[in-house]
Amino acid sequence: MTATTTRAVRERSLVGPPRRPRGTGYLYVLPAFLVYAAFLLYPLARSVQISFYDWDGLTLGRWIGLDNYADVLRNDDLRDAFGHALVLMVFYALVPLCVGLVLASILNRAKVRGLSFFRTVVFLPQVIAMVVVAVAWRRIYAPDGPLNSLLHAVGLGSLTRAWLGDYGAALPAVGFIGTWFETGLVTVLLLAGMSRISPELYDAVRLDGGGPVREFFAVTLPSVRGEIAVALTLTVIAALRTFDLVYVTTRGGPGTSTSVPSYEVYHRAFELGKVGSAAAIGVCLTIIIFVISFAITRVGDRDSTS
Amino acid sequence: MISRAERSANYVILVLFAAFALAPIGTVLAAALGPDDAPGSGSGSAASIAGLHVGNFATAWHVGHFGTYLRMSLLVSVFVVTVSVILSILSGYALGTMRFRGSTLLFYAFLLGIMMPSEAIVVPLYFDLRTLGLTDTFWAVALPQVAQSVAFGTFWMRAYFRTSSRALVEAARMDGASTRTILWRVLVPIAWPAVVTLIVLTFMWTWNEFLVPLVMVTAESLRTAPLGLAFFQGQYTQGFTLLAAGAVIVATPVALLYLFLQRKFISGMLEGAVRE
Repeated sequence: MTATTTRAVRERSLVGPPRRPRGTGYLYVLPAFLVYAAFLLYPLARSVQISFYDWDGLTLGRWIGLDNYADVLRNDDLRDAFGHALVLMVFYALVPLCVGLVLASILNRAKVRGLSFFRTVVFLPQVIAMVVVAVAWRRIYAPDGPLNSLLHAVGLGSLTRAWLGDYGAALPAVGFIGTWFETGLVTVLLLAGMSRISPELYDAVRLDGGGPVREFFAVTLPSVRGEIAVALTLTVIAALRTFDLVYVTTRGGPGTSTSVPSYEVYHRAFELGKVGSAAAIGVCLTIIIFVISFAITRVGDRDSTS
Repeated sequence: MISRAERSANYVILVLFAAFALAPIGTVLAAALGPDDAPGSGSGSAASIAGLHVGNFATAWHVGHFGTYLRMSLLVSVFVVTVSVILSILSGYALGTMRFRGSTLLFYAFLLGIMMPSEAIVVPLYFDLRTLGLTDTFWAVALPQVAQSVAFGTFWMRAYFRTSSRALVEAARMDGASTRTILWRVLVPIAWPAVVTLIVLTFMWTWNEFLVPLVMVTAESLRTAPLGLAFFQGQYTQGFTLLAAGAVIVATPVALLYLFLQRKFISGMLEGAVRE
């Protein structure tokens, strides 16, 4: 206490611009922090608290300790839901990253005209409400929809099916929608990174007699590690937070073949009356997202500095 | 160095990729502008201009109550954007330019909210707001989104104010400008591009939000546009035309804004993720 007072006195006595009154900083942060604490931090704490109870949302809850968390590991439906999230990660993150790397490095090599128009077009899926995206793809995947018509037209009629109603096809079908809207984002992000690479680096490889493939692995790939880390963080988190899409396209079905953690949170809390379990899944989801974004950022940082 | 063949191959790739990105959107647009495929509606029933059945939008607007939903979405978006941007400017200013005890801790607290999924908070929020009698109100939809937007907004404005000219602030202070004057008369005018980006992103996220309104609201008059569309899709099963028209109506406000301010959207969404 005395230490801060003396420091304040000393600071005020220094020659310089007049100091602002003490506490101003708090005053400026306060309004934002109050709303934030009331509608985000407090609910998060409540989520943790509720996750220790067996509660149906109406009657008095019963303390069950970590049982809801043990369920996440033990319960088949929940384990499946997290497994489905992993599959979605392949479609949301891995496929767009591979496609994006190839596309961006090809486009970066030859400066083509119309690139900014192209950027606008492929980024468009990012700004459209997921419900609208889901409505569009439900139509595409419908038994009498454009995808099946296309397959018939090219003589692959045997492959046609009700894509979102098929046990084997529904999850990849939902995942492919993710590939569709994440590929543009990843490509634009990588293009921005590649445009900053100095042309001399490429010249050096060419002088050594290296072709496009050498260029890619020796120059392009190491230069965009930071962008790759950002792209992975964004898309992996998007995969884990898939809710709107599943809610509108499949509602987790057929059976539980497309249930994902986000959907389970909603389904359990508001349809099954397992509020404690829903809260536990929400908390797990938050922890997983934190760990993943932290880990990817770390790896990206270390690689780019070494 | 780059051959003509490679260059034309690049154009082919560009066109194919753009077509892939546009195809689903084109499917919806084409259906919305085509003849109504619902049984019982004569193909000439809706008004058409140059073969495009624009009357579908009027029919969908009427049948799907999109007027009500768009009004709610507009109210929520304007409220969330206005409140959260002002609060973010204030808190970003304090965390970016002032040093006080706990400022780092406060910053990390806000950072937590950027990554936190809505799924983690929506469950207790619903039950606590129900106890307070606040579910099924405008506030239950708007305030949680203000909190989420303030987290990103504080982070965004702080990053901007930290890099803004220190010399300018010092000069203004020497001239006897108060802390408040420095913010609104000196810093905000310079930061205006960053503020516009924040407005645009917050508007888009709020307009497109689905889970919060889905959980908080049962009254039809309080449904936002995406929520209204989801319910319309569940109830209207006669055909795809009107559903497509509804989807176009819901997507248009953000899509239009994107066409005019696409640079802000793209740079904002990419930088927002890169800055750490």
